[in-house]
Amino acid sequence: MSTHTKATSGSAFASPELIGRAARDAVTKLNPVALMRNPVIFVTEIVAALVTVLFVRDVLVGNPLAFTGQIMAWLWFTVLFATFAEALAEGRGRAQADSLRRARTDTVAKRLRDPANRAAFDTVSALDLGIGDHVVVEAGDLIPGDGEIVEGIASVNEAAITGESAPVIRESGGDRSAVTGGTTVISDWLVVRITAAPGSSFLDRMIALVEGAERQKTPNELALSVLLVGMTLIFLIAVVSLAGLGRYAAADVPVPVLVALLVTLIPTTIGGLLSAIGIAGMDRLIRHNVLAMSGRAVEAAGDVDTLLLDKTGTITFGNRMASEIIPVPGVSEHEAALIAVQASLADETAEGRSILALARETHGITPETAALDGASFVAFSAASRLSGVDVDDRRLRKGAVDAIKRFVHSVDPHAATGITAFDAAVERIARSGGTPLGLAENGRLLGVIHLKDVVKPGIKERFAELRRMGIRTVMVTGDNPVTAAAIASEAGVDDFIAEATPQDKLAYIRTEQRQGRLVAMCGDGTNDAPALAQADVGVAMQSGTQAAREAGNMVDLDSDPTKLIEIVGIGKQLLMTRGALTTFSIANDVAKYFAIIPALFIAAIPELGLLNVMGLASPQSAILSAVIFNALIIVALIPLALRGVAYRPGEAGTVLARNLAIYGLGGLALPFIGIKLIDLALVAVGLA
Amino acid sequence: MTVQGWLQIAIILALVLVAAVPLGAYMARVFAGERTMLSALLAPVERVLYRLAGVDPAREQGALGYTLAMLAFNAAGVVLLYALLRLQGLLPFNPLGFAGVAPDLAFNTAVSFVTNTNWQAYGGETTMSLFSQMAGLTVQNFLSAATGLALAVALVRAFARSGAVTVGNFFVDMTRSVLYVLLPLAVVTALVQVAMGVPQTLGAATSATTLEGAQQVIAMGPVASQMAIKQLGTNGGGFFNVNAAHPFENPSPLSNALEIWQMLVISTALIFAFGRLIGDRRQARALVAAIGLILVAGIAITYWAEAAGTPSLVAAGIDPAGGNMEGKEVRFGLAASAMFAAVTTGLSDGGVNAMHGSFTPLGGMVPLFLIQLGEILPGGVGSGLYGLLVMAILAVFVAGLMVGRTPEYLGKKIEAKEVKMAMLAILILPTAILGFSGVAAVLPTALAGLGNAGPHGLSEILYAYSSAAGNNGSAFGGLSANSPWWNTTLGLAMLLGRFAYIVPMMAIAGSLAAKTRLTASTGTFPTHGPLFVGLMVGIILILGGLQFFPALALGPIAEQVQMLAGKTF
Repeated sequence: MSTHTKATSGSAFASPELIGRAARDAVTKLNPVALMRNPVIFVTEIVAALVTVLFVRDVLVGNPLAFTGQIMAWLWFTVLFATFAEALAEGRGRAQADSLRRARTDTVAKRLRDPANRAAFDTVSALDLGIGDHVVVEAGDLIPGDGEIVEGIASVNEAAITGESAPVIRESGGDRSAVTGGTTVISDWLVVRITAAPGSSFLDRMIALVEGAERQKTPNELALSVLLVGMTLIFLIAVVSLAGLGRYAAADVPVPVLVALLVTLIPTTIGGLLSAIGIAGMDRLIRHNVLAMSGRAVEAAGDVDTLLLDKTGTITFGNRMASEIIPVPGVSEHEAALIAVQASLADETAEGRSILALARETHGITPETAALDGASFVAFSAASRLSGVDVDDRRLRKGAVDAIKRFVHSVDPHAATGITAFDAAVERIARSGGTPLGLAENGRLLGVIHLKDVVKPGIKERFAELRRMGIRTVMVTGDNPVTAAAIASEAGVDDFIAEATPQDKLAYIRTEQRQGRLVAMCGDGTNDAPALAQADVGVAMQSGTQAAREAGNMVDLDSDPTKLIEIVGIGKQLLMTRGALTTFSIANDVAKYFAIIPALFIAAIPELGLLNVMGLASPQSAILSAVIFNALIIVALIPLALRGVAYRPGEAGTVLARNLAIYGLGGLALPFIGIKLIDLALVAVGLA
Repeated sequence: MTVQGWLQIAIILALVLVAAVPLGAYMARVFAGERTMLSALLAPVERVLYRLAGVDPAREQGALGYTLAMLAFNAAGVVLLYALLRLQGLLPFNPLGFAGVAPDLAFNTAVSFVTNTNWQAYGGETTMSLFSQMAGLTVQNFLSAATGLALAVALVRAFARSGAVTVGNFFVDMTRSVLYVLLPLAVVTALVQVAMGVPQTLGAATSATTLEGAQQVIAMGPVASQMAIKQLGTNGGGFFNVNAAHPFENPSPLSNALEIWQMLVISTALIFAFGRLIGDRRQARALVAAIGLILVAGIAITYWAEAAGTPSLVAAGIDPAGGNMEGKEVRFGLAASAMFAAVTTGLSDGGVNAMHGSFTPLGGMVPLFLIQLGEILPGGVGSGLYGLLVMAILAVFVAGLMVGRTPEYLGKKIEAKEVKMAMLAILILPTAILGFSGVAAVLPTALAGLGNAGPHGLSEILYAYSSAAGNNGSAFGGLSANSPWWNTTLGLAMLLGRFAYIVPMMAIAGSLAAKTRLTASTGTFPTHGPLFVGLMVGIILILGGLQFFPALALGPIAEQVQMLAGKTF
């Protein structure tokens, strides 16, 4: 599904198809009832209608039409540009919704009469399934609804949801027991207990989310709307009172001009782009394959103070890797390495691979040179916690330290298991945060393999970056405190929770929240659910359980815990974009005053021409230029609204200084230039 | 402009800062309920007052209860003062035998003094008995200032507390404001003023024979006691009609300096007290820096405009080096008059030592614009601080988003409720000023009161409503405001400007008090550095400018450009 690839927003933005559809939607959105949700643009529409009435009157009476006509046209354009921005933002989500909807087409379900007997089922439409029904899904079938696997194991293609075509294993019990309606079973079979009613499944919610159908104003958006309404009211008062003040000064201002002044002053720029910014923020998350269940969660992500990060997969690579092989006295390094390789030849785990890699690097031992004829491999088992190889009477083993000692003892009860050097190496490795792996041949301990958690390159710098933004990082790990502390210091996190149980996480989150901090975390297991629900931003992995997905307020379709850092960035960018455009919009008004005020009163008080600092050609061209600038700036800023302002992490003071310079001072200066250029153009083409 | 003039200005400002820092520390202790150096003397008095009034000083009120108590107290104040003024003829200490005050004027005056406006549509020495001046007006001078202080302290507590339901006890804050802050300062400075030549007597008037041999009746009275609190409490209502230009109210350049100092000192000290009460004095310094910048700019522009004079004065053969001395007292000169004008309007004092209407149009626009900025530089006693904090909330909200977090101020998240209430409060000023002005500008009844035609007349209208809605009380001059239209609408504007602002402001206090106070991190927008100072200045000027620029363009700006072109009215 191509829409889920992480395409850069630039190319998608310009698609002519999308623009065409958005243009059509922009017109439907003119419906005043719908537009009332956006008070600034609603006011603009009302006054545009008022000017239209005046224009019609002028037509009937035979007054000159050009000026009022142009004002009227540009007022309607202002409204249209605003609705277009919203339609465009929605359109990008809708394209994704369409492809999701294809996965939801009439699915047939095999409903079991008796959950225990998967042979006896009725074929019903997926729409008729209720919560608690049991269905069987076999290879090639679409899973008819969200549910929990009660029996079976199968590989499932979840491309319809995640865009990832490699199949995943789903099985009953454990943390991989959730299935999503619309995904396909590729092999084997599953018995699934349905947990979501038709119409409220994950897929349905996803469609609604990307379409923006369930969009509600988020808390910050609401606060900003209030500010904009207040500004609109202030300017309404300023403009309406001008009717009286102007009459006093014998400078009666015609209504279309008053309307032009009003529309240029009220914050139409941010008013027109506000909802587009919000939709685009959600959309940016979707592009990162993260589904936010509410806009509130996206905003909260920007506010996060504390990040709870799982060690494995986020801070370190998922697997430990061999970093050194320490022989006991009397064994050469090369010998120990060779036997370590031979004991790992059949070990397909990442740890086993890493031993081969290490031996090749340090001693030039390849699997070919180490190969043994007639070897029979002993696979790792949870019971023995050992793996290795038997060849002739040689029994080569590697495994957990206590297990390897037990093995040596079992082969030769008189073997020396208390070798000081061996224990010293084990001790040293454990203290450094690593995992020691014993190596033995028959009744003889040969050495210790040092397995190390490898911290991802660059992660320390990212944490430093987060710290500058005021975000604390906390590593969550099941390791013992010694190991955890070692890795924590290597990765540069601010704190860690060792031997973490789900209760520990929950308690930690609560403590942080009591101090007024917002906490984000990610998790996948059912036992993560309470913590996910408690966190202000809880990102559940798509691969996780249904309970976890229900508890979180975001779902990461890639199941990549590192995403949390990106999610915070997206949240911040959303708020920054709103602030930047609001500041810009308000700063713009200064120039508009200098364009319109002299134009309004120059007939009555010619000396006020002194305020015409831009040297605009005539009162009419000045007013028109301001109105045109005001309309065009909305279109010009649509890409910025959809893309978001440039986001570079840094200290709040630095970020603010930069944005204030760009959008505050820039907002003051730009319209002076823009209005002057439009004025020159208008005069050149003879429109004013 | 002269070096000497600038030195005068600099010295007075420095003296204000020198006094405001320790006074702020003292006030912080007073409002935190801690022991102060005056406690030994005043604490017993305080306890007796609480017992008499049946107030339990330990019981605090929520924001709503606090507001209702304040409203009830002030409503009672209006009714009592109205009754007192109407019944003046029957009451004692009326040596000149003035009759009761007319209903519309009594309403206007009662509202005026209760709202800390002190707009005077009457001449004090020809209308008010000594009893009205002392028991009515001077009492309200104390109480209105104390009301402002109490409200500001309630808002500061809302910031300082975390997850709180109460913001203080209104009656306790009132009592402490009067007893520990206003009375001691008023007593001391009144005595200094008496030493400088301000009369304090129950005798009504004295007569003198002038050089031409005519008899002149010179009005007198308990002037110093009213003067002191009028300036300290940023009330501004003079004993005499010409206010602080009168030699008995303001005899010398030294007394003038003292009066400017009096106006500024409590409001400035309150900002420092705020810094201590929230436990971060850098925040206070940033606010003082921001308002200081605008205020000094205001003084500079007025001073420059007055020193530059006008082309008509030059044409009349007057030495342009003297500047525009029309409407100014020679004993104060340009610098002290310009400074007084900017300070009295940057504050909400409203006392005047020169006629703002006789300033050059630009010089007169500064006081007008400073009122329209909301009188937060540093504003009225208490009202200045809460106005400033509401402005800071808006500044932080608009720009703070640009750091990528829900904006916070002083550790409190600024959300929809706060923004809504702040906008409601901000709306009051343009509604009252522009709304009433727009109507008055076309209403013959209103226009009948104007003293001048053309843009200057419009400035008179704008100034009157700005002064009333901003609770300033200074007059531009030229407007005959003692008519039913002006008395009533200005009275309404005063009520709106005071209480319609306070109610949403206190709603903010209630909402903030309940919030958890967050600790700042490096991700929080710092509100104590130069960046925030610049932001505050920008927001105050742009927000104020955007609201009033069209009106100002038709008034003082039009007059200025026409004056430069040689046109007069």
